[in-house]
Amino acid sequence: MPTITSGNVPPSVAGVDRELDMSAHSAAIEARRLNFFYGEHQVLFDVSLTVPERSVTALIGPSGCGKSTFLRTLNRMNDLIEGSRCQGEILVEGQNIMDPAVDVVLLRKHVGMVFQKSTPFPKSIFDNVAYGPRVAGEKNRAVLADLVESCLKKAALWEEVKDRLTTSAMSLSGGQQQRLCIARTLATNPRIILMDEPASALDPASTDRIENLIGELCANYTIVIVTHNMQQASRVSHQTAFFYKGQMVETGPTMKIFTHPSEKQTEDYITGRFG
Amino acid sequence: MIRPASDRNKAEIAQVKSAGTASAAITSPIVERQNTNANRAVSFISGADRHIRRRLMLSRIFAAVCRFATYSAMAILIVLLVAIVWSSVDRLALDFVTNTNSTNPTRAGILAGVWGSFWLILFTALFSVPVGVGSAVYLEEIAKDSFLVRLIKVNLANLAGVPSIVYGILGYTVFRSSAAALGLLFDGHHVVGMAGLFRIRLSKLPIYEDNILVGALTLTLVILPTVIAASQEALRSVPSSIRVASLALGATRWQTIWRQVIPAALPGISTGVILSTSRAIGEAAPLIMLGALTYTSMCPGSIDSPTKLLTRPSQVLHAPLDQFTAMPIEIYDWSKQPDSRFTAVAASGIVVLLIVLLSINSVAMIVRHYASRRLKW
Ligand SMILES: Nc1ncnc2c1ncn2[C@@H]1O[C@H](COP(=O)(O)OP(=O)(O)O)[C@@H](O)[C@H]1O
Ligand SMILES: [Mg+2]
Repeated sequence: MPTITSGNVPPSVAGVDRELDMSAHSAAIEARRLNFFYGEHQVLFDVSLTVPERSVTALIGPSGCGKSTFLRTLNRMNDLIEGSRCQGEILVEGQNIMDPAVDVVLLRKHVGMVFQKSTPFPKSIFDNVAYGPRVAGEKNRAVLADLVESCLKKAALWEEVKDRLTTSAMSLSGGQQQRLCIARTLATNPRIILMDEPASALDPASTDRIENLIGELCANYTIVIVTHNMQQASRVSHQTAFFYKGQMVETGPTMKIFTHPSEKQTEDYITGRFG
Repeated sequence: MIRPASDRNKAEIAQVKSAGTASAAITSPIVERQNTNANRAVSFISGADRHIRRRLMLSRIFAAVCRFATYSAMAILIVLLVAIVWSSVDRLALDFVTNTNSTNPTRAGILAGVWGSFWLILFTALFSVPVGVGSAVYLEEIAKDSFLVRLIKVNLANLAGVPSIVYGILGYTVFRSSAAALGLLFDGHHVVGMAGLFRIRLSKLPIYEDNILVGALTLTLVILPTVIAASQEALRSVPSSIRVASLALGATRWQTIWRQVIPAALPGISTGVILSTSRAIGEAAPLIMLGALTYTSMCPGSIDSPTKLLTRPSQVLHAPLDQFTAMPIEIYDWSKQPDSRFTAVAASGIVVLLIVLLSINSVAMIVRHYASRRLKW
C-alpha cells in the first residue's frame, strides 16, 4: 500500500470540497469528554469531537483504538452491549442523547448506521428498503413504493435492481448489498449517517462506487465514516480525526491532517510508520 | 500443507507406486519436494509403505463398522415393520378405521382412538406452541443473563429427559384435582360468574375429571421442554447482525423479534413443534396414569366424522371436556387381550399409528420447505 506523504494526497471524490471552511457549518454532533468502558476495560478516554453539518468526517486509527466504539455511542448502539458504560456528553443537534429520557428508537431513525459487513434481511429488496418506514408505521403501498424508488436512486442502485425488487436481497453482490444497506438507512430519513468501514469488504470497483456515493450524499446528510484505508479517508472526507489507543489525538480539516499534521503520532500513522 | 486425509493418502500412495516403479512422471507436489532430497525420500517411502497400509486398513475397518451400524439399524426397523404389517393382515381393512372398539376382534376398530388422539394433539399444540415459543423467545431474546435464567436453561435439558410417566403422575395430582375443583364450581349445570353477574346455563354438560383438556395439559408438560429447546435452537441460529441492523433502523426490540427474528427462525420452530407433537401422539403412559378410558366405543363429543366438526358446534364445544381414549392406549389394550385374534387388531392399530406419524412428519417437511421459501436467504 503506497503511503501518503505531503503533497501526495489523492484527489477527493466529486462532491467533497476539502477546501471548504467547515467552521461556517453548524455542529451536527458534539461529543464532549467521552469516556467509555466495556466492564472495567476503558476504551475511550476524554474524547471530544465536533462534526459539522452536511460534511464528511473520517475517523482513522489503528484497529482496536476505539473508532467503532465511538461511532456506536453516537446512536447509542452500545446500549445493546451488556456491561458497557458511557460517561460524558453527546449533543446531536443540540440535544444531549446520553440523557436517559432520550428515546433510542427516535434517535436511531435520526442517526442511521451502515455496518462493515453488509447485513441485508432475508427478505426481498423492496422489503429491505421499506423496513424502516414500515416499523415507523407507514403502511401505504404507494408511499412505500415511491420511497423505495427514491432511496434506491440516491444509493445509486435503482438501475441495477428496478426489475427485480421482489427477489431476495441475498442474491445481490457484496457491493450491491452494501448500497442496499445504505438505501435502507436513507429510507428512515436520517439527518446523520454513521458508516463503519463500509467498503472494507468490497472489491475496488464497488469501493469506488461507495466513495462516490458518499460524495453525493454529503450535500444533504452529515456523514461520519470509520475507515482503516487512509487514501479513502483523504478522498471522501472534509474533516479527519485520528484516534490512537482510545484517545482522539488530532482532528482538523482533512488536507491539513494529511499534509501538515500537528502531532508526531498522526504523522507517523499517516505516513505508514505504524498501524 | 493441509489437505483432506483421503487426498493426502492418495498422493502418498501415488508416490509409493511411482517410487516402486521408478517412474519419471512426477506430478504430486509431495513427490516433487521429496525429489530434492533423494536420500530422505527413500527412507521415508520404505517406512511409509507399512504405515499407510495400516492406516488405510484401519480407516476401511472403521468405515465398515459405521456402515454396518447404519444398515443393521435399518434392517431391524424393516424387519419390525414387515412383521407388524404381516401380523396385521388378518384385521387391517377399511372398517378398522371406521369402527369403534369392540369385544369381537373381527369388528374392533380404532375410530375412537383416532378421534381421541386428534383432540389431544389439537389441544396439546394449542397449549404448547404459545408457551413453548414464548419461553424460548424470552430466554433467547429478552432475558438478561442472570443466574435464574442460566438455571432454567440448564434444567430444560433435564426436563426433556424426564420419563413421561412422571409427567403423568404430575398431571394426575395437579390437573385432575383442579379439574375436580372446577367440576364443583360448574356443578354440571351452570357457571356462577363474579358476584352472580353471569349465569350461563351449561345444562347437561357432563364434566369428567379425566377429560381431553387434562390429557392435553399433561402431554403439553411432556413435550414442552423439547418444543422450547427446538425453538431456542432455531432462534440462536438467526445471525445477530440481523437484530443489530433492525435496531439500527429504528425498530423497537419487539418489532425486531416479531418481524425479523421469528420469521427467520420459523422453519426451525415449526419443525420442532410438529416433531414434538408427533411424539405426543405415541405417548400412552401418562394418559393411562391419568385414567384415560381403555375400552370405549365413544368418540369425544360423539363426533365420529369430519363433517360433524362443522355441523355439530355444540358437540364440538363439548368434546374437550369429554372422556377419551387414544390410539396408543387402544393398541396397548388390544395387545393385552388373552384372545390371540386381538394380535392382528393391535398390529393394525400400530400400522394406523405409524401412518399418522409418517404423515405428520411429512407435513413437518413441507412446512419447513414453505417457511424457508418465504424467507429470502
Ligand atoms: N463488545 C465488546 N466487548 C468488550 N470489548 C470490546 C467490545 N467491542 C470492542 N471491544 C474492545 O474495545 C476496544 C476498541 O474496539 P473498537 O472500537 O472495535 O476498535 P476499532 O473499531 O478502532 O478497531 C478493543 O480493545 C476491543 O477489544
Ligand atoms: Mg472497528
